[in-house]
Amino acid sequence: MSAVEVSGVTKVFEVRSGRGAATVRALDDVSLTVAEGEFVALIGPSGCGKSTLMRLIADLDEPSSGDVRVFGMPARRARLERAYGIAFQQSGLLPWRTVRANVELPLQLHGAPAADRRARADELIELVGLTEFADRHPDQLSGGMQQRVAIARALAEHPRLLLMDEPFGALDEMTRERLQGELLRIRAETGAAVVFVTHSIPEAVFLADRVVVMSPRPGRITDTVAVERAPIAAGPADDAVRETDAFFRSVTAVREALHGREGAAPRGAEAR
Amino acid sequence: MRARGAQPLLFGALGVLLLALAWELYKALGPAEGVVIGGTVLLPRTTELAMPHVWDSVARAFEPATGSAGELVVVAVARAAVQTLGTAAMGLVLGALVGVLLALVMQRFRLADRAMLPWLILSQTVPLIALAPLVVAWGGRLELGALQWERWMSVAVIASYLAFFPIAIGTLRGLRAPDQEHLDLFRAQGVGWWRTLRYLRLPAAVPQLLSSLRLGAATAIVGTVVAEVSTGARGGIGRLIVEYAQSGSSDPAKAWAPIAGAVVMGLVAAGIVALAGLALRDYRRAEAR
Repeated sequence: MSAVEVSGVTKVFEVRSGRGAATVRALDDVSLTVAEGEFVALIGPSGCGKSTLMRLIADLDEPSSGDVRVFGMPARRARLERAYGIAFQQSGLLPWRTVRANVELPLQLHGAPAADRRARADELIELVGLTEFADRHPDQLSGGMQQRVAIARALAEHPRLLLMDEPFGALDEMTRERLQGELLRIRAETGAAVVFVTHSIPEAVFLADRVVVMSPRPGRITDTVAVERAPIAAGPADDAVRETDAFFRSVTAVREALHGREGAAPRGAEAR
Repeated sequence: MRARGAQPLLFGALGVLLLALAWELYKALGPAEGVVIGGTVLLPRTTELAMPHVWDSVARAFEPATGSAGELVVVAVARAAVQTLGTAAMGLVLGALVGVLLALVMQRFRLADRAMLPWLILSQTVPLIALAPLVVAWGGRLELGALQWERWMSVAVIASYLAFFPIAIGTLRGLRAPDQEHLDLFRAQGVGWWRTLRYLRLPAAVPQLLSSLRLGAATAIVGTVVAEVSTGARGGIGRLIVEYAQSGSSDPAKAWAPIAGAVVMGLVAAGIVALAGLALRDYRRAEAR
């Protein structure tokens, strides 16, 4: 069974402009399958519908047509059964809760006993390396730390699928690379499938097994690049991975898929 | 820390001093009969009757209210203030309950929001003075088992009628304060309206709730004093204002004591709300930054 199965999904938004309503095709006949344990990055320029696609998988929006299944369930049931964990670009931490209480939130919302909550939260806070900061409030943390808390929160209920919408988008480059390394380590430990929205090519290539390239107006999947992995064990050698020929080849492949499509876009639109 | 705490007090005292200074300055320099143009009084008279010296008013407050023996004016004012404050507190609690409940209904049902908001605004345009006798009359006809409807209860109801409005509006804004991202997060957790309310909307509404409570407390006090005057309720500061004003021609300095008492009451109420804010400071972290 695949983690995510999107088939023939179209999403049309109504945009109210000065007079009358216009429609925008955010997604047009998109199909995508994510295997269990697979790391898929969605990449494309803004307006290509990559975040919309993630929101449909999370059942935060509903498709205009087509079908979204998560672990074989309709997206809505998957959401109600908490089949996924989710993290956004802004960490979305509740400012009045401490780090620990923020990580506990999903467990508390679903009525887990206090002792279990605390044990699980402490475990996760250790996993993201914030044990010393467990009793701080979000405004006392750096942006990178806040994102780590958000990731810990997303992992609270052992999801087998992680949905991440540009979680490192607002961070500086160095913090970003460090967190990418940590995400890979966490993912190796949990074995969860990941759908990761980004607009950074190196980030997509570094993290993903497969990079799905999208283009705007209307949002479509134009290409899929399987990332070449150099024969280097993942772990402390993150920087080494970023310097291998295989890494550069994959970056080039994704870049060409992105840019090649841009030239072809007008013709593609006419053909319809 | 201490210096920061003392500074507002200092400025407050300075403000009172400046006000007293301005009062005395005008009294010394202004024309005795005031400035009247075409029958309209533009500036008040400065006679002892209209504007007693500040020190006379203060001194009068520490003399017996009537005769040469008996209760001091400040004691009488303090006693009346305590009663009025109690009534206002009842009014505020009642108003807060109604206000928060209305806000919850309006947040939950868009239709309720659209249907009720005009009525709420309309409710505040009804003059309080017109309402007071009605409430008293209705209260007199109420029979609630052993409970005897008393005049001060009517006063509290009238105060709550004024107080609920800022609380309803403020709370509604607070309940709508959470970011889309937080709402998405709660939706992703598959939880319903109630848990979203308890764990997200209510905590996020605390800053707005507190500032609307401060507003509500002030209006509850004004409402209580005005209602005491217009219903003729005994024992409160409203009654004292009327009583002392009636003796104004012979004892002008006395009339200012209950007015000052009303001001102090407002400060006490604001202080109580500020204390509540201190207890809830974790929910106001975003405010402080």
